[in-house]
Amino acid sequence: MSGTGTTSPIPDPIAAGLASGWRVIDCATLAEDRVIEADVAIIGSGAGGGVTAEILTNAGLKVVIVEEGALKSSRDFRMREADAYPALYQESAARKTKDKAINILQGRTVGGSTTVNWTSSFRTPPTTLAHWQKRYGLEGYTVGALAPWFEKMEVRLNIADWPTPPNANNDLLRQGASRLGIATGAIRRNVNGCWNLGYCGMGCPTNAKQSMLVTTIPAALTNGATLLTRARAERLVLRGDRAAHVLIAALGADGIAPTGRTVTLRARHIVVAGGAINSPGLLLRSGAPDPHGLLGQRTFLHPTLVSAARFAQPVEGYAGAPQTVYSDHFLDTLPVDGPVGYKLEVPPLHPLLLSTTLAGFGAAHAETMRHFARSQGMLALLRDGFHDGSRGGQVRLRVDGTPELDYTMTDYLWDGARRALRTMAEIQFAAGAEAVLPLHEMGRHHTSWRDAQAAIDALPMAPLLTRVVSAHVMGGCTMAADERDGVVAPDGRYRHLANVSVHDGSLFPTSIGANPQLSIYGITARLASGLAEQLTGGKVHG
Amino acid sequence: MTTRRTFLKLGVGGAMALAAGGALYRGLQQGAPRRFSLDPAGREFLTAVVPVLLGPVVTAPGDVAATVQRVQAAIAGLPLAAQAELQDLFGLLALAPARRLLTGLPAWRDATPAQLQTFLQDWRLHRFAKLRSAYQALHDLVIGSWYADPASWQAIGYPGPIKGLA
Repeated sequence: MSGTGTTSPIPDPIAAGLASGWRVIDCATLAEDRVIEADVAIIGSGAGGGVTAEILTNAGLKVVIVEEGALKSSRDFRMREADAYPALYQESAARKTKDKAINILQGRTVGGSTTVNWTSSFRTPPTTLAHWQKRYGLEGYTVGALAPWFEKMEVRLNIADWPTPPNANNDLLRQGASRLGIATGAIRRNVNGCWNLGYCGMGCPTNAKQSMLVTTIPAALTNGATLLTRARAERLVLRGDRAAHVLIAALGADGIAPTGRTVTLRARHIVVAGGAINSPGLLLRSGAPDPHGLLGQRTFLHPTLVSAARFAQPVEGYAGAPQTVYSDHFLDTLPVDGPVGYKLEVPPLHPLLLSTTLAGFGAAHAETMRHFARSQGMLALLRDGFHDGSRGGQVRLRVDGTPELDYTMTDYLWDGARRALRTMAEIQFAAGAEAVLPLHEMGRHHTSWRDAQAAIDALPMAPLLTRVVSAHVMGGCTMAADERDGVVAPDGRYRHLANVSVHDGSLFPTSIGANPQLSIYGITARLASGLAEQLTGGKVHG
Repeated sequence: MTTRRTFLKLGVGGAMALAAGGALYRGLQQGAPRRFSLDPAGREFLTAVVPVLLGPVVTAPGDVAATVQRVQAAIAGLPLAAQAELQDLFGLLALAPARRLLTGLPAWRDATPAQLQTFLQDWRLHRFAKLRSAYQALHDLVIGSWYADPASWQAIGYPGPIKGLA
């Protein structure tokens, strides 16, 4: 921890925990190689790793959590994009698909993406679960069977309706949709005592967001777990059908390059929870058996289109809870395996993220930015993975061993992209926009819906012309009943290794069709409880 | 001066040069450091394109140099694989034959704002995705570095985070 913010009036639970004797090793400071033993090694401290760590330590197991990022806390969260993106995100928030056409936001810090997400909490949609049952044989993944697990995690993370009125940025989605007869809903959030500031994406400065950083990870550490930070899991070292240990490279304080020090982590069982992209990447580097060539395949992104609008009145999209209104109209009115549907939401607008997402340069770009405080942003998240026209991307390894996602936007997805840009422009005009700008290198400001519609219909849909972004990476270690469909069994066990499980969003056989955090919490809570029972011979305490 | 048409004619060769250029550049840099370093030629290139990418917001004398500094810091925070790619791009654009083939421009310091604007616009919409992605890398690094700086906020009506906690 940098410990720079000594003036913050907010109590810091991480500082207090460290003072109480939590076992945390910042591997950047290691002067020599180490060997550590545990019952269970958990690779990753995000949604899946955090939940698993709490449940396994509650069962009395000795757990070591391995995190590539650093341990940061509220005293470090200063609401500055320039500091937050390099410190808290994978690749400084500039992780990209292989062709560089899709920018991917993923966390890399203790708590993973939960430390920097926008708090949107949805249970896995019933249509998604029904598809998994039918196509992937996940018979146990019914709405009824998962309900108690979602409920357990909703209670644990204080997920509830958000009583505060939406900010203008969100309310304009509600207003525009309502005038067009498009239903919207209110987003539930995992917060407790939220100040409604709007900086969730830079780490919650008040510890209101119930991320893994302030919930399950502290609980696991209080239960005796050890946390290794700046620790990159290089590979699982395999002996026969087992992973004998995890070889860990210590990273320097800036998180860029290994220091040369290593940690050998021996454990009876290993839970891979590095998130989609990193989890399949680790298993690929480890040479994990993959007889059907499935590892890293079917990786999904919710490819997201963006539309910017200018209003006469202030919108101030940087202020207030970032995501509070959504619409599933364009998911619910299309068959799940038909033309691709999309979920509508809004993004928080902050100068760095907005200015880089806006296309163009020079005077035109500066003019759009001049209206920053009157700008409204809208997102359409494509529900990928439910149709033959959308089979997902493939995680592969670069020559230096780091993972990279090769994801192609197919004609099927581009069709949805064009419809989504039209829908968003129509809603923004219905909400009273003065001008709408579809985010595309050839996009222009339009002052009427008729003009915008004609222009969007004529835009070429192509990579690095149409702006596509993602904050939800899913799949790559598909869970399925049949080994020809997935490398992971429905109980979370990696099929071809006796002591390895996968507990994160990489399990999902399709995208979720909603912000995935609660899907990961609920499903991994169930998997971790099953694993705890197996590892303790059924004698689970607490 | 290169017209848009001659630029596009050079497209195939130019893209091949860009693809091969990384290796060529690395071959010239014996024992190159693994982290990005901004050499004088790279600095000259950035100094030329920064004011064109940012446009009228650049007003103070020190703006360009300060932005170049922040771009350098932003690159230093990227993974080594990305730093190597950017090193290749900058290295290639610093080689006079590659620069002339890819952009048709004279030395960066001698290019006019109009020429630089044409170069950026050509890459922005180029039929080769590789050149579009190179343009976007420059776009994001330069424009992101500008708006990351609190000094840019007043002009866009952004008050910044609440004072008591920031």
